[in-house]
Amino acid sequence: MKSKLIRWAVWTVILSFLLFMVSILALSIGTGGIFFKKIIFLIFNGEGSPEYSILFDIRLPRVMLGLAIGGALGLSGVILQGLFRNPLVEPYTLGVSAGAALGVCLDIVFKLEQNLGILSLPFSGFLGAVLIILILYSLSIKKGILRIQGLLLIGVMLSFIVSSLIMLIMAVSRIEDLYGIVFWVMGSLKETNFFLIKLALGVSILGLVASYFFCHALNAISLGEEEALNLGINVERTKRLLFILTSLLTGFSVSVGGIIGFVGLLVPHFVRLLLGNDYRILLVGCFLTGAIFMILCDTLARVIISPLELPVGVITGILGASIFIYTFTKKSHLH
Amino acid sequence: MLEIKNLTCAYGAKLILNQLNFKLEKKEFLGVIGPNGAGKTTLLRAISGVIKPKEGEIILEGRDTKQMKSKELAKKIAVVPQSLSTSPITVEDFVSLGRIPHYKRFQFLETARDQQIVQKALQVAGVFHLKDNFIDRISSGERQLVLIAKALAQEPELLLLDEPTAHLDIGHQIKIMNLIKRLNETQGLSVLVVLHDLNLASQYCNKLLLLNNGMIIKDGSVWKVLNYETLETVYRTYFLVKENPLSKKPFVIPFSVDEEKNKT
Repeated sequence: MKSKLIRWAVWTVILSFLLFMVSILALSIGTGGIFFKKIIFLIFNGEGSPEYSILFDIRLPRVMLGLAIGGALGLSGVILQGLFRNPLVEPYTLGVSAGAALGVCLDIVFKLEQNLGILSLPFSGFLGAVLIILILYSLSIKKGILRIQGLLLIGVMLSFIVSSLIMLIMAVSRIEDLYGIVFWVMGSLKETNFFLIKLALGVSILGLVASYFFCHALNAISLGEEEALNLGINVERTKRLLFILTSLLTGFSVSVGGIIGFVGLLVPHFVRLLLGNDYRILLVGCFLTGAIFMILCDTLARVIISPLELPVGVITGILGASIFIYTFTKKSHLH
Repeated sequence: MLEIKNLTCAYGAKLILNQLNFKLEKKEFLGVIGPNGAGKTTLLRAISGVIKPKEGEIILEGRDTKQMKSKELAKKIAVVPQSLSTSPITVEDFVSLGRIPHYKRFQFLETARDQQIVQKALQVAGVFHLKDNFIDRISSGERQLVLIAKALAQEPELLLLDEPTAHLDIGHQIKIMNLIKRLNETQGLSVLVVLHDLNLASQYCNKLLLLNNGMIIKDGSVWKVLNYETLETVYRTYFLVKENPLSKKPFVIPFSVDEEKNKT
């Protein structure tokens, strides 16, 4: 057991170190590179210089947001996979992200943001995500039809319905709102509200901490719900709380960064290969790897056609969907 | 140790178990037999608390299981399912999951004691040499032994098994049944096992319970339950019941009489 703990600790340190390096990379790369040495110099006595403001007003918030969203999506993905016992499930493929986006769009159109404050954005995102999860969940218990493929199909169809609703909203909304909506649908880390960024980061780290209260339950549920019950796990309560947690994580991510697909699929896939299937290491592993992946993708999105910028969702979408097809065809024996 | 009183279970409007009454004494080895759809598995699920009874009581060591927390129940009753699908983990990690009900609040890792119990369970079930293999890479006979090892890691007082010998070759069937018998005799584990093979049931169990259509047709000693008249009405086929010369237990031979042929 000691050796297991040491192995897990080593991996956590390695991933944290990688996250740190990637963050430094993201801070230094871009139009007008800033080298690492200079970053240190700037931290201590660069205040007021243009480079200082590029670093701290533009790039640092993006890195923080990348950490928050990547971590939240990686974590949500691995938790949902555990609950539905399906390795292809994640907020995006289940339509949960789309649900959150619908919530946010409605918020923009009805100007709730201006009347109720900026917090209404993540809150409506959360409500949208909860709605979709409730639909999936009630279908899965009532009909028992949501086995592997059925669940995914219904998730994709729910995404379609919600995307169509978003387009309907776009079609009837005014030009001023349109920009905001398009931005959310494409997915980007170009958020300017520093308060929202800090909030997203806080929620995502708290989410990681909270998820650890369920690590044994998730391990037990990986054997099947009946088995988990026989191991004394309160399955219904665990599911309910974890659904709320993933809705919160997804809702906040989407309300700040828009729909960024497949992170919750790609990341757990690789982390499982690397670290095994024990949720005690999977949770933190997916959080850190998700953050690394997101910051890398965002950096790529910034520099690939510089000075223009790609939406980061485009990059994760291309990478993620390819992996999805690969996994799906390789594991066609999934029951 | 276990007392079932007026147990009635239903899925929706369909009655699966109807007014069952029986007792399982400590250290008893009880076999539950009966045709498909008789309610055998449902009985196990009711006892383990997976489904709630519609009526009646399940009393474990003097306490109604309805009043017990599922974690408390999991420390006393372990269930060996028929089969299992799980993510690829090693045999040792899998058996360690049996320790989950014993974890203290905020316990993150297995303690040294948990580990000892897991090692012992692996040894008792005879799968210690497989501990680093992945669970999806071992044979189905070995997997059944691993499932029993996990149940042992739970340190239960009552072991419930659902057709532990299904789909196994005769060698493995005997191996599994011998293991259960040994656990019953040396560790004092009470056993309730659902079996399809009447001869295995006859050889290993000291009491049998014959279910049909959710009702107890007969229970008691193997000679009382395994008589050809009872079996013929329940299974709708003909039986010859003889004494096994070695074990002095009933030996059941089903045979078919082709009714079409008899007509001519």
